[in-house]
Amino acid sequence: MKLINEYKANPKKLILPVLVAALLVLLGLSPNFTKPYATIMLGTIMMYIILSLSWNMFSGATGYVSLATAAFFGVGVYVSAFFGSSLSLPLLMLMGGIFSFVIAFLVGAVTLRLRGVYFTIFTLGIVKLLEQLMLYLEITFNKTRGRFVVSYTFTEVFYWLFILMILVILLSVFIKRTRFGLALKCIAEGEDAAMHIGIGSTMVKILAFAISSFAMGAAGAAMATRWTYIDPYIAFSTNLSFLPVLMVIFGGGRHVFGPLIGAVVFAYIQELLITDFPYVYMLAFGVIMIVSIIFMPNGIVGVIENIVGRIKKAKGGRKNADP
Amino acid sequence: MAMLEINGLNCFYGNVQVLWDVSMNIEQAEIVALLGANGAGKTTLLNSITGLVAPRSGSIIFEGAELMGAASHTLLEKGISYLPENGGLFPDMSVRENLEMGAYPRSVWKDRKAKLEKVFEMFPKLKEREKQMARTLSGGERQMLAMGRSMMTDVKLCLFDELSYGLSPLMAKEAFKIVQKMRDSGITVMLVEQNVKQSMEIADRAYVMENGRIVLSGKCSELMEDDYIKRAYLGL
Repeated sequence: MKLINEYKANPKKLILPVLVAALLVLLGLSPNFTKPYATIMLGTIMMYIILSLSWNMFSGATGYVSLATAAFFGVGVYVSAFFGSSLSLPLLMLMGGIFSFVIAFLVGAVTLRLRGVYFTIFTLGIVKLLEQLMLYLEITFNKTRGRFVVSYTFTEVFYWLFILMILVILLSVFIKRTRFGLALKCIAEGEDAAMHIGIGSTMVKILAFAISSFAMGAAGAAMATRWTYIDPYIAFSTNLSFLPVLMVIFGGGRHVFGPLIGAVVFAYIQELLITDFPYVYMLAFGVIMIVSIIFMPNGIVGVIENIVGRIKKAKGGRKNADP
Repeated sequence: MAMLEINGLNCFYGNVQVLWDVSMNIEQAEIVALLGANGAGKTTLLNSITGLVAPRSGSIIFEGAELMGAASHTLLEKGISYLPENGGLFPDMSVRENLEMGAYPRSVWKDRKAKLEKVFEMFPKLKEREKQMARTLSGGERQMLAMGRSMMTDVKLCLFDELSYGLSPLMAKEAFKIVQKMRDSGITVMLVEQNVKQSMEIADRAYVMENGRIVLSGKCSELMEDDYIKRAYLGL
């Protein structure tokens, strides 16, 4: 009710949500009228949106940079590989999420006492640890490195990723307004101060870490059924740890739309570069990254906010201008 | 029975003893000042109360229950609020958000709107600055925000670390006035200060620390007449 009144008082605020909703509806219907290639491409983009939004939910909010995204994604991938023949796709995603949640909870309980770069390095270590562990187990007990995964059509995967993405977007929007979301922000602003106002920061951090990992695991479970063959190197590819971070930096982490835009633009650039310039694609990536950090420290959303702020100022309304 | 009772506290950093047999007690609704120069052990004593430092021996009893070993974030639920030297604000959150987060403990989270009104009543300046980021406030306003935030819970005991630090003399006076107001409304206050003269003027009792020991204690009115205090701290 309060929300409705808020929008009634200021109808301009409705523009953005309505626009986004329209885009989402269009996206949801797109497999009906686009080429299969576009559906696959959009599925991949949605995977990146899910990963960067859920990464931002914990790391963006608290300032604890985690590189464990690939680890939890990989856990989801292996859930699909193990249980693919006995469970349906949504159940696989749920299970992948739950497994990731539990593992993230345990990992968080051990590592979230670390701060700063120590935490970051440890999380990268987790990816490598799980990768090597799976490799060892597969070769010892299965005598091969890879596995086949029961496959689903890319449209099915598309729809389930679509649903997961909407859930992650909603969660990202609403978590910011809750007591829990504000507590995360306080931890980023000053962890000691947060403790003095009664925030049990360790538990809050562990929970947020686990919640954000849930979506990563679910996304992994879905993607595995599209890939049909996986091995530890594919499942725990460190690219999936670094790319979401870059996407959030590129898009801007302060606003929910930042990671979203970052993921869309970045994933598309990646696709273009890989198909047209396969040999220099990583190099071009690096250049884009450096340029964007220098010229848009707050990401694309920061640039947009700047422009909107200037227009407002020019109109004489200085209410919301950033000081 | 005293509200806060500290008995025979000994505290070490590694092998170095920094608190020697420190005992003190604070009664309901009084202002107690803890005075001393740099390195006297004032902050260590505060950190022992708030659980940041683990004393080797002794006891800290708050309202009849042992406080030692309790995690820092549980103190507020018990009614103890701690204001660190810089106020412990969240610089990139608005004044309102900072205040609202003061009501984080679950028991008071639901009443935060009503509490907020009360705080705004006491600090009208904060109401004016409601939507401003905390980092854009002046030193005095920051201190007010920190004080206002500590009043968002049903606080019984307020621990101030260097309340007057970095404030202009005028602002410091203002801040001390608010401390008196808090006492009058029934909140117990412990002031840890280097500003000896001003804190003695508003406090009921004072403890003086030197080299990790409490060397003097008593009513402020009496301590003000003490020759040693006059010579060493008041420069008379």
